[in-house]
Amino acid sequence: MSDAGTRATGDAPLLEVSSLVKTYRAPGVGPFARRNARPALAGVSLAIEKGRSFGIVGESGSGKSTLARIALALDSPDSGEVRLQGRSLFDLPRRQLRAARAHMQMVFQDPYGSLDPRQRVERIVAEPLHAQGGATGAERRARVRASLEAVGLQASDARKHPHEFSGGQRQRIAIARALITRPSLVIADEPVSALDVSVQAQVLNLMSDLEREAGVTFLLISHDLAVVAHICVTTAVLFRGGIVETGLTDALFANPAHPYTRELVDATPRLDRPARVASTPANSAPEAGAGCPYAPRCAFARPRCLEEAPVLEAKGGEGRKVACWYPLN
Amino acid sequence: MLLDVVELAIDLPAPDGWRRVVDRVSFGLDEGESLGVVGESGSGKTMTALAIMGLAPDGAEVKGSIRFEGRELVGLTEEAMGQLRGDRIAMVFQEPMTALNPLRGVGAQVAEPLMLHRGLAGHEARGRAAQLLERVGLAEPERAARSYPFMLSGGERQRAMIAMAIGCGPRLVIADEPTTALDVTVQARILALIDGLRSESGMGVLLVSHDLAVIAGHCDRVIVMYAGVIMEMGPVQAVMAEPRNPYTLALLEARPRPGAPRGSRLKTIPGAPELKSGPSAGCPFAGRCALTMDICWTTPPPEAAFGLNHVSRCHRASELGRAP
Repeated sequence: MSDAGTRATGDAPLLEVSSLVKTYRAPGVGPFARRNARPALAGVSLAIEKGRSFGIVGESGSGKSTLARIALALDSPDSGEVRLQGRSLFDLPRRQLRAARAHMQMVFQDPYGSLDPRQRVERIVAEPLHAQGGATGAERRARVRASLEAVGLQASDARKHPHEFSGGQRQRIAIARALITRPSLVIADEPVSALDVSVQAQVLNLMSDLEREAGVTFLLISHDLAVVAHICVTTAVLFRGGIVETGLTDALFANPAHPYTRELVDATPRLDRPARVASTPANSAPEAGAGCPYAPRCAFARPRCLEEAPVLEAKGGEGRKVACWYPLN
Repeated sequence: MLLDVVELAIDLPAPDGWRRVVDRVSFGLDEGESLGVVGESGSGKTMTALAIMGLAPDGAEVKGSIRFEGRELVGLTEEAMGQLRGDRIAMVFQEPMTALNPLRGVGAQVAEPLMLHRGLAGHEARGRAAQLLERVGLAEPERAARSYPFMLSGGERQRAMIAMAIGCGPRLVIADEPTTALDVTVQARILALIDGLRSESGMGVLLVSHDLAVIAGHCDRVIVMYAGVIMEMGPVQAVMAEPRNPYTLALLEARPRPGAPRGSRLKTIPGAPELKSGPSAGCPFAGRCALTMDICWTTPPPEAAFGLNHVSRCHRASELGRAP
């Protein structure tokens, strides 16, 4: 292990993952067995700088949620590293891992499923503190109050149960819980996609406020490009376990270089024009062999794409990288 | 007119009496037309769709009139309704995994309405089912027909459900959030498929969605519902470009817009919808609306018309109409 693996450094990225590989074993035999196990993550690297929220977009099965789980050390990779402020998560002794984890919290998609209905809000919000250990009762109550107020709820809400709140308020409770350890990074997996439009706006405004005022950086996982563009400075597009394109969010969506990014942008419904549909087959496309994983679906694929997989390479500055033999302009 | 809904009201039993979940809903739908219904949870959009299918929940009281091909559906026996359903009127649900039988092959399920409503023999129906699965764009229709629902992807299942819905050549298809559970690239393909089937067969489509952008891209007209009431209705272009109702405007302004600066303030709607026990005294949006006046609390706003078929229920509709 290198020195950086064990020591925190001032200029290290907030979160850095390098060459993550994760394959889930194909379950069972017989009709339920998958023909061949495709890695959920096939060598993903990215770095999140403090104050620059990072977006991950991609379709179901792209590895988005696996990446989140590994970044939080809820799951371990087959190979690769996760460094939080320069320290490798998987090398830390248990105690230090716990402390490191306090810098990172998670907000899930479903504000109904992620809150225990039998517990009072106070207990729910304080839960990460219990896991961390050490806080006294009075300290805990004060932190819960501060956390609830930070998300626009009342201190008196601590005594209520989740069912007494609306969907948007429940997602605020989930965010208050994430904030209680004063994390520098919050990983949010589809935090607004189960919410009504008007409630989405409240939660997105809250996320912007927290970024500005509480110094929280978000790793936002979403299928909704408009939501990602609203929060994230930088975005990575994930396809079948690999990053196909990454760069500044606005430039990425305004001018996609990878045909898959373009397919996503075109397919997104917009008020000012109908969605455009790619002319190639959708999910039913066969698995790619040695070539680019997107090639079987790609409208621009040429012979080389089917034979040789492109690697993620810098293109045109500003941190833009694309994994494509024939990037679009 | 293919479908003519007049003064539809739906009451559901509640612990303290009744709850009115749909109120004063009137609209029409022509052959070949696509009408979108948009609203947030509790708006009554799904309940309206279910009532047209004769699938309102047990104990619900449905009042008013729903005429389909000239025939009154309110008060129709379950048997008569069952003959229409899956034949002249079909429905596509959000989650095909729950609407399809997990224990039966997809082909057999697509074949079933053909045997039931068209009297096709088993082998004929199965042959026709394979054709239908091909028509909805499944890459390997034979394989899909032999598969169980869990063996298909979400998009493939939704295509199979659409095949089941269109089998008997329905004149009206009601699609309730048909793409909400799907990836955007799959969503775009499914919506394009529904568009294509509509223009081929001239069927009418009632598309229920929480997403104004989905409706903007795929419907001729739109109904905006709030708390069981139609707040605004009109041609999609007119409603999106010049909304005449504060609720429509609020929905349009709550979404992040492409190109806006990162983190710019989104408009929110204060408060939450109220539950009602009967017809509301005033406007259901009163109190949450920035334009609320005294009259909004006491008098339900009448329908005000603007241009061709564009109507809004708002006391201040004539002051509105600016672009969002």
